[in-house]
Order: sequence, then C-alpha cells, then structure tokens
Amino acid sequence: MKRALFHNKFLPWLLLAPQLIVTAIFFLWPAAQAIRQSFLREDAFGLRSQFVGLANYRALWGSSEYLNSFKVTLIFTVSVTVLTMVFALLMAVAVDRLVRSEKVYTTLLIWPYAVAPAVAGVLWWFIFNPSIGILPYVLSQIGISFNWIYDKTDAMIFVVIASAWSRISYSFLFFVAGLQSIPGSLREAAAIDGAGPVKRFFTITLPLLSPTTFFLLVVNLVYAMFETFAVIDATTLGGPAQSTNILVYKVYQDGFVGQNLGSSAAQSVVLMVIVIALTVIQFRFIEKRVAY
Amino acid sequence: MVENRPFLNFLAHLVLILGVVVVALPVWIALVASTRASNDFLQGVVPMWFGTHGPENYARMLGQGISTSGMPPVGWMMVNSLIMALGISFGKIAISITSAFAIVYFRFPFRMVAFWIIFATLMLPVEVRIVPTFKVVADLGMLNSYPGLIIPLIASATATFLFRQVFLTMPDELTEAARIDGAGPMKFFRDILLPLSRTNIAALFVIMFIYGWNQYLWPLLITTGSDMYTVVAGIKRMTTVADTDPQWNYIMATAVMAMLPPLLVVIFMQRLFVKGLVETEK
Amino acid sequence: MAQITIDKLGKVYTGGTHAVEDINIDIADGEFIVLVGPSGCGKSTLLRMVAGLESITEGTVSIGGRVVNDVEPAERDIAMVFQNYALYPHMTVRQNLAYGLKNRGTSKPEIERRVAEAAEILQIGAFLDRKPRALSGGQRQRVAMGRAIVREPAAFLFDEPLSNLDAKLRITMRLEIKELQKRLGTTSIYVTHDQLEAMTLADRLVVLNKGRVEQIGSPLEVYRKPASAFVAGFIGSPAMNLIQARAVPHLPGTGHAGLIGIRPEDLHPATDGQIEMKVDAVEELGATRLVHGNIGGENVTVTLPADADLPESLRLAVAPGALHLFHAETGARIA
Repeated sequence: MKRALFHNKFLPWLLLAPQLIVTAIFFLWPAAQAIRQSFLREDAFGLRSQFVGLANYRALWGSSEYLNSFKVTLIFTVSVTVLTMVFALLMAVAVDRLVRSEKVYTTLLIWPYAVAPAVAGVLWWFIFNPSIGILPYVLSQIGISFNWIYDKTDAMIFVVIASAWSRISYSFLFFVAGLQSIPGSLREAAAIDGAGPVKRFFTITLPLLSPTTFFLLVVNLVYAMFETFAVIDATTLGGPAQSTNILVYKVYQDGFVGQNLGSSAAQSVVLMVIVIALTVIQFRFIEKRVAY
Repeated sequence: MVENRPFLNFLAHLVLILGVVVVALPVWIALVASTRASNDFLQGVVPMWFGTHGPENYARMLGQGISTSGMPPVGWMMVNSLIMALGISFGKIAISITSAFAIVYFRFPFRMVAFWIIFATLMLPVEVRIVPTFKVVADLGMLNSYPGLIIPLIASATATFLFRQVFLTMPDELTEAARIDGAGPMKFFRDILLPLSRTNIAALFVIMFIYGWNQYLWPLLITTGSDMYTVVAGIKRMTTVADTDPQWNYIMATAVMAMLPPLLVVIFMQRLFVKGLVETEK
Repeated sequence: MAQITIDKLGKVYTGGTHAVEDINIDIADGEFIVLVGPSGCGKSTLLRMVAGLESITEGTVSIGGRVVNDVEPAERDIAMVFQNYALYPHMTVRQNLAYGLKNRGTSKPEIERRVAEAAEILQIGAFLDRKPRALSGGQRQRVAMGRAIVREPAAFLFDEPLSNLDAKLRITMRLEIKELQKRLGTTSIYVTHDQLEAMTLADRLVVLNKGRVEQIGSPLEVYRKPASAFVAGFIGSPAMNLIQARAVPHLPGTGHAGLIGIRPEDLHPATDGQIEMKVDAVEELGATRLVHGNIGGENVTVTLPADADLPESLRLAVAPGALHLFHAETGARIA
C-alpha cells in the first residue's frame, strides 16, 4: 500500500482511459458478443437470428466431432506439457551441475523462445516431410514408416514435437532459476547424511522445486491449449481426419471456415471457462508462493 | 557442487550437447536448405550441408519474393512485421505504465473495478474470442491496416501488473521529496518514475517485441491485402501455394529471415530478455 | 525565516483513532524544536502534517502567519530531510540539489549560485557530478541537507535524519546540523526517538506520548523538572528510577500515594543513608559504574564512581532537592 498519493479526480481516469477503452472494445465487447451469439442461431444467409437457448451447447455435447476434439486436446496438451518439462528439467539439472560452462549452454538453449510457433511449425514440417524430410528417412532406414499425412498417431507426434520445441526455453529458464534458489547447504547436508546424487535429486531437489514445477505445469497447459494454434495451422490443419484438431483450432475452423457462428460462439464460451479456471488456479498459487 | 564426480560432469555435458543438437536441428536444416537450389529437393532426402545458392536465394526473397504466388517481397513483409512489433511493444508499455501509475498513486472511486477490467484481459486470449473480435475490427474499418494489426493487441494485464509491482516497491519518501520539490503527478511520473523504471521498460520491451513479431493468427485474419502481410503469417501462405512442389529453398530462406530479428534480440539482450521473462511470469 | 504556530492540531483516522491530538506549539523564528518520543507517539505524523504530506483533520498549522492547512507541500516554503534521504537515484548530486529550484522556475545562474554555495557549506563540492549510490552514508546525508539548504526555505523539517548512520558518524553529524542551523538561523523542527540527540540539538524539546504533548521546554528544564512520570522515565540516561512511594516509607516528605522519581546519579552511598539497596548486578562503564539493585521490592539503578566499594548491600542517601513526585494514576508532577 502506498502512503504517498496524489489527489486528482480526473487525471487517474485519463491515465487509465487508453487501456480501458482498448479492453472494452476489443476484449469485453467481443467476449459478450460470443456469449450472446452462443444462445442464437443464424439462418443460412446470416440475415436473421433467433434465440435457441442452450441448443448450441447441447449440439456440441452431442457432436462426436467436438468430443473427439476434446480428447485430442487432452492428449495433445498433456503430451506437450510433459515432453517440454521433462526435457527442460533434464537440461536445467545438467546446467546446474556445470558452474563454469553454464552461461554458454544457457545461451544455446534459450533461443528457440524467439522462434515464432508458426515458424517452428514450418521448420518441423520440413523435417517431417514424408517425401524428403530427414526424420522419415532415418526412421525408414530402421524399418519404421512415418507419414503424418495419412497416419493419425504420426500426425499427433509431429505436432506435439513441434509445439514442445517452441516451449523448451521458457521452462528451462524457470527450472534453472528454481534450482539456483535451492540453498547449496541443503544438498551438502544431504550429502553428509549419506545421500548419493540420484537420491539427493529425488528427495531434496525435486520436492523443493515443486513450486516452480507447478507454476510451469499450469503455464504450459495454457500455452499448449491456446497458443499452439499457429503450429497446427502451419502444419496439419487439424488433420488427418480430425486427429490433431484441438479446441482452439476448431473454434476458428467452425467460425471462419465453416461459418457456423452459433456453434463457434458456444465453443468460445467453453474455452473461456477453461482459461478462467486455469488463470484462477495460477493466481491462487502465485499468491501462496509469495508466502512460501 | 557437493562432491566432484567426473563421470556425472561428463554425463551433464553429454546430455547438454545432445540437447543443444536436438534444439538446433530444425534451424540447421533450414539454414542449409536456404542455400540450396530448387532442384536439390526433387528427390531423395534433404541435404545436410550448405550449397552455394544462399546469397541469390536470400536476395531474391528479400527483393522480389515468389511473384507467382502473389506474395510481396520478404523485405516488405519484414517492414510490416517491424511496424507491428514496435507498435505493439510501445503501445503495450505506454498504456500499461500509465494505468499502473493511476492505480498505484491515486485513490478514486471504482479503482478496483478498473483493476479487474484490466485483469480480465488475461482470461480472454484472442484465440477464444476470435470471431466477434474480427467483427468489431471489421465494423470499425480497421481491417488491413496498421492500427488494426496493432491496437487490438495492446491491452495488457501482464505489463500493467509488472509496472504496478515496480511502483509499489518505489520508496514513498521519493514521492514525498518530489512533492516538496514542487513536482505534480505528471512531473513526478516523467522526472522520477519513468527514469527509475527504465530497465523494467527495456526488459518488457524485449519480451513484447518478440510477442509482437511472432503474432500469427491475428495478422493472418485481418490482413486481406498482400501489401499488409507480416512475415510470420506470410510464410504459411507461401507453404500452401497450390504449387505441387513447395520451393523449399525459398521457404526456408524466408523462415530464417522471419526468425532472425527476435533471435538477435534474445541473443544480444539476453540479460534483459531473462529479466523480462521472469518478471512477467506469463 | 518564519515562526510556526501549531494550534489545537489533531489527526483522526477514519476508524476514529487519534494519531495526534490537541497539539499546541508556538515556534519562534530561528528556533530549533525537537519532537521526541517513543515510536508510535505521533511525532512523525505531526511533522508530516506540518510538511503537508499528511492531511490535517483538526486545528491549524500556520507558517509565517499564514494558515497552510490546504496548501500543497511545495507551496509551504519548507524543506524536508528524510530518514532514508530520499535522494533521486538516477540524478547526480547537482541535479538532486537543483530539482526543486528548477520546478519553481528559479533562473539558471541563481540555481548554480545556490548549489555552489550549499556545496561549499556542506563540503560536497567534490562529488557534485556523482550519483547517490556512489556516495557513503554520511555523504548522502549531506546531500540530503544540501537539497534542503538550496531552497532557502522558511523552515527545515528533519525526520530522523541520522538514524541510518553508524553511532560515531551520528555524533559528528549531530554537531554539524546544530552549527549549520545556528549559522543559517532557519526555523527547524526535528524528529527523533533518541533522547540524547534531542537533548543536544534542541532549543526546546517537545516530548510526545500517545499522540499528546507531555511537556515543552528547554532540555535542562525538561531534565530537571519533568512534567510527568513519562517524561521523567524517557529523558535522561540511564533512566530515572520510578518507584512506588510506599516502598520507601521512611523517606521524608513523600506521602504514601504516588510515584517517586530519583535519577541514578542523585543516589549516593552514605553510612547513615536511609535507603538500603540489595545489589543484583553491576555494569562497568569505565568512568562510572551502574549498580542495579532492589529497594523494597522495586528495581533501582544507581550511578557510582568506578572506584567505589561494592558490598552486597548499599546504604544510600538522596541528594537534597533531587526527589520528584508524581501522581500515581495520571503520572502528573506533584512536586
């Protein structure tokens, strides 16, 4: 709380005006429109619309395509999060061990953050290209055929890798910071108590790292759910056969490509509820962590 | 480290080197491909070593682009990207810092309401309200324009919270000394608060520049004419050209150019970048 | 230069609690007033109300005959030195000094003249172009003073300006502040919780407790004739002994209700002394020693010469006229 304040009736509103106006026009109004729209159904020409209650939502629940998208999102999100975090933690633990070369490795590992997810998608698209890509070629040498254009599982693996790659640096940096904030004396004490490096990692380091891990878990789930749109759009376009059509991509497809506004709006509202829930969890947790 | 175990150190180096290779692989392949001729990709597998066509590929993409696809030159798209990224960074910082100043240094009715309205932006990513937002921008006649690319993206709870945090840690005595020295609110803001927040501003700028440059969905939707394409959104259009064989060397040259500016920012401003990332915490 | 009048001043928070209440102080032109009291007594609040940093809810503050209740701090013609100095970290010493003048539209040559003058007085000329973080604590303290001096204000307000310095520097700076104030002749109000600092600096002391004035007077007056048991216990080191009168029934002229105050240095060993004290502990101070003991169940401290004998129990006599008597409930001075 500030003790030193200025007194002025209009100035604070003037200072807040740009942010509030932008927020109202481009955030709140569209969100309200999405909610309104989700209770309406438009005719084929978009000329008239009528109130249909929860029909759009009920239609979603009855749509096997939508339920499939839920399942796909779940698999995709969890895979991206786990892959990113395990890889990042492994790197962070290794870097934390090497005091002298820490900076070099850190620099070499953080730059993928700068690469746009869309560009990352294009890069991996090239690597996984079924006719000339290097990975399908290597895999075929050992007798595995990999073709994401036809195979659903291959497609999922492809988008998971491309999405996780973009996100490694973020998790890595937070893990490194988390590891460095664990007092060295704790590990020394454990060493004196006779715990070897592996045991120390699982009984001391990992538990003390749990605030960072939990934070990253939430943030990475949000990323995988909402910010991977670009990866999907630059690679599989949700295919083949809906196998990589995650929820945010489906909203876009139904709304823009399919022009099914009522359904798209209802999907938006469902997504909003998910983001709000995740944000609340995240902020609750951050508050607690301050006290930690 | 607790004790010296050469084997573990060796293992750590091994893991890191493998990690760096995995992380670098896609970019390596893109770099190599961008130096090859078009017919190097017709059969077999992607080449793993550099060709000799680098300069001509880059020059062609920068200056002309693939004219048959109706794409503008990459140079032009990069200018668009730069304008968008700078506009978003400056815009976000400007409106967030004044908002935070109002919320921290003034008491006024509905202050908490204003705070929660700003907070709400955190819960409404563009991806979930894409159709109605598009409609608003269309109704305002902002499609295919720089303001349309920039303004809808500049509201930022993250940046506002960051500055709020920074301001809350400023000692009260500084404000009081300034008041006694005859500085009103805006003078205090300009003479004391802004200079004292400059590293935070710089750190945030780095993060927001990357954020702005890497925007994809929004420019894809609202840029209807090729003259407004940004490079990150444009590259995707290049890959989906009805051509049966994508011109890999050109696409990869474009990809390299698209990632170069934010990459340089991260590498050369690493300290600010890390600070910004940790401070904004999303 | 100005006199400051504080009239029936009070500060009530929205909850109804009084931070300060019914404060009346007339400060003469050029006077050095020290507000002293324990933490939470309202001394800083009072100073900040004079400065205009804290709103006034009751009474008035006048500076140079003008009521300033609703005047902005910058227009009250005061300058303030803060506990943590509050130097602008991004400005050089010179810019720090000049900032207030610039905001007032003082002409450039005049600013330069005043900065040079202040730098000369405070001997900070050598680091005018440094930033505050490159200065030592004592140097920062001087710059903070300099920022006040250049303004040539009607009054200086000091808010515990020495409490961030180490003990040795504090004593040097204390002297310097005193000399400087005499030389400039500027009316000053100084807040401290350190009674020794208060005694050495003040023309007049204002002792505050729980938001109210306990006593106003010169350091010697306050020391010799504390107006209340609180002042008696607060001013003077080691603190005055305050004991229940009935603990020493044979002491003449004290009555049985009330508190008796005796300063540790006013108790002397005497073979025919009427008071007997059991010795519990001794602190050696070099020139003197502090003897802690027990008289009729009350803890008492006595200052004795370092070479005095130390039996297990002492017979003590009170110097004539050295007894203070306070009301048992109100703490007010009776005699």
